[in-house]
Amino acid sequence: MYPDYMNESLRKVEQTRPKRLILARKTEPVYPPMNAEERQKVLEGFHPDYEPSARRAVCVGPNKGEKLTTEVSDLLESHSWLTSAQVDLSKPDIETDVLIIGGGGAGCNAALIAMREHGVKSVIATKLRMGDANTMMSQGGMQAAVSRTDSPTRHYLDAIGGGHFENKPELVKALTEDGPAVVKWLEDLGVCWDKEEDGSMKVMHGGGTSRKRMMSCRDYTGAMIMRTLMDEVRNHPDMITVKEFMPAVELIMDDKGQCAGAVLYNMDSEEFFTVKAKSTIIATGGYGRLHIRGYDTTNHYGATGDGLVMAYRAGAKLMYMDSVQYHPTGVSFPEQIAGFLVTEAIRGAGGQPLNKDGELFVFPREPRDIEASAIIRECVENGGGVPTPSGREGVWLDSPLIDMLHGEGYTERHFPAMYRQFIRYGIDITKLPMLIYPSLHYQNGGIEINEKCETDIPGLYVAGEASGGLHGRNRLMGNSVLDYNVFGLRAGRYASEYAKKVKLGKLSVAHLDAYEKQLKDANVKTDLVTPILLPSYAPKDVKKRQLVRGGNTLPGASVLQNRLHDDAFSPAGAK
Amino acid sequence: MVKTPTAATGVSASAQKEVRQDDAAGNMITVYIMGKAYEVPAEATIMGAIEYAGHQIIRGAGCREGYCGACATIYRLPGDYKIRTGLACMTMAEDGMTLAQIPSVPAEKAIYDIEKLKPDVTAIQQMYPTVFRCVACGTCTKSCPQGLQVMDYIQAAKRGDIAEVMDLSFDCVVCGLCMLRCPAEITQPLMGIMAKRLYGRYLRKDSPELAERVKAVEDGVYEAEYAEMMKMSREDLSKRYYARDSE
Repeated sequence: MYPDYMNESLRKVEQTRPKRLILARKTEPVYPPMNAEERQKVLEGFHPDYEPSARRAVCVGPNKGEKLTTEVSDLLESHSWLTSAQVDLSKPDIETDVLIIGGGGAGCNAALIAMREHGVKSVIATKLRMGDANTMMSQGGMQAAVSRTDSPTRHYLDAIGGGHFENKPELVKALTEDGPAVVKWLEDLGVCWDKEEDGSMKVMHGGGTSRKRMMSCRDYTGAMIMRTLMDEVRNHPDMITVKEFMPAVELIMDDKGQCAGAVLYNMDSEEFFTVKAKSTIIATGGYGRLHIRGYDTTNHYGATGDGLVMAYRAGAKLMYMDSVQYHPTGVSFPEQIAGFLVTEAIRGAGGQPLNKDGELFVFPREPRDIEASAIIRECVENGGGVPTPSGREGVWLDSPLIDMLHGEGYTERHFPAMYRQFIRYGIDITKLPMLIYPSLHYQNGGIEINEKCETDIPGLYVAGEASGGLHGRNRLMGNSVLDYNVFGLRAGRYASEYAKKVKLGKLSVAHLDAYEKQLKDANVKTDLVTPILLPSYAPKDVKKRQLVRGGNTLPGASVLQNRLHDDAFSPAGAK
Repeated sequence: MVKTPTAATGVSASAQKEVRQDDAAGNMITVYIMGKAYEVPAEATIMGAIEYAGHQIIRGAGCREGYCGACATIYRLPGDYKIRTGLACMTMAEDGMTLAQIPSVPAEKAIYDIEKLKPDVTAIQQMYPTVFRCVACGTCTKSCPQGLQVMDYIQAAKRGDIAEVMDLSFDCVVCGLCMLRCPAEITQPLMGIMAKRLYGRYLRKDSPELAERVKAVEDGVYEAEYAEMMKMSREDLSKRYYARDSE
């Protein structure tokens, strides 16, 4: 239940609801959408990326001198777990055609297509269980232009406008033109899409869409896709080997500068294993668990940007790593679920963000960066936020409108996960609004790829959130689910073709020593060892004891958290 | 329809009385994590309590938002004989709670070629014959942290009603607690995944426009417009973007 002091504000929400319901039933927007200038103004004024300390120049590696998100610069200016002297490459422990690092949506798609189209064997190495990935958690849906009023080119225009015209056009073309085929691919594997009576796809709006294009599987879209893909991967143990709790910690190169596999780390036994692979796909996802600027995150436990740092040390260039996506609607209250995702589909179905007086202050379906910035502005500048008992702030997301618009029972039927999330704490979202605030959600940039998922390292492919360029500096809702499918399949395809013809030279991890020398030459002083693998949520005193025991260089424990964000877990951390 | 989960809500009245005030850290309670007592904040979830105790969870945490099923947990409350079940990320710690995580439940997934199965009772018979051992005791339903009618979908599977299995098992997070508790040793979540795939593959109503759209892309219908937009200057593209109509 909400605390009593919120009752007055809740009453105002109720009072303005009939008027807002009438607005919502009309075809015109319920609040005027922003033009280009207004968008720029709210971004510069209130998006967390624009705070002066949000970015700093990285002083080593392929992007040297470029301003990146501060935490990303910190992540990249770090020591490897290994030096070349420690790694024996004379007899690899595992040999395979394609090594896939990451067992989420992109990785599983890549393995399946490598097998089906090319008869190529692969190894999936993943940090936790297969399917432990942000893929599993996507709620609202996947964009693809399948309805009669829509077209792939219109999807292209929406995506590129949402990304402020900075997206790599060839990637957006690949995304949008492959979309319909991906819908069919998943459906033939057994994904149960939400449908209309006549069998056509049920489509909804998302932020920044000009056509209803969001397809869903209730609000378990990602879970449905992930479990289907995993199940199919597990049906082919002869072709796809799955190594769970075995994250990669460094890439292996050869003496011709080609990527030739990776060093894996067993989370249980703490042993290292070498994998020789003709081609390697990084599908490690994003970095939400770095808690950039102290924000809560919607992300999976394992989202620590491992692929970024491995590829960077090996010489792959990053793109748009100065841009972070904050989801407009993370939970602000109850405290126990603070930062959790409230799907954008709630707004797609008619939910409206409101200030403490129950008034609209932004068009509910602006692109994410704009919507998030407008919510922050409403709280910070206009004093329109509702404070929570633990010192957070939030605005209302008026969910009861949804049943009023679509009929009683709609919310429970279409948003069962959301309904469950709140009813556990005595909040019935069909009767009461949710209190929300932006939450760290997505890595807009990543390792730069082309439409074949190639990087500047031959033999190294990247797919999904780990890649950069597709979304420009702002991804639209539903384009990441499509992203990991489209580019997971593309990576599997092109990495297989490459694997069939490549001749590998002598294996080497000399790049680790060279990188360490760069750190020394740039006079970087850090105790950070990466990949981080898992964040630590132990209380500060426990973490300090762990650090002391590890001589301040304890790998794996979240040293980053400690070093940068001593305050990250204070209740007001989101500000 | 979602049934309100039973085990997960709030702190019981008797537990609230026991809560102690700690000046430095607010209200604290005692929980027994695999037998060992820890003082943790009263408002913690089970996962929060385990981490507050200083554990680095490797198995037993995943999405942390109730979707992945990694954090299945069993627990008892003081003075209560019942074994309770929950997801650690979603269930509140309570004073005196004694708990253990069950991050993995041994179970054998059937290996199959979906193209060779039929969406009826024969698929269940061939791949998950243990379903027919169900004695309709309802323990699975009671143990489901999602509040699903697990036993009902097992009954539907026995009848070969794949659509009903799909509908009732749709929100399953495969935490495995039902199959851990099942006296007939059925692997409910795994059968549920197969049934959903059979529904999606065979029993769906086909979208009339999807195949047409896929073909249109293959035939290059959109190439000219792509080429045009990809050549446009940022200004022209921006103009077109802000002028576009909306559905």
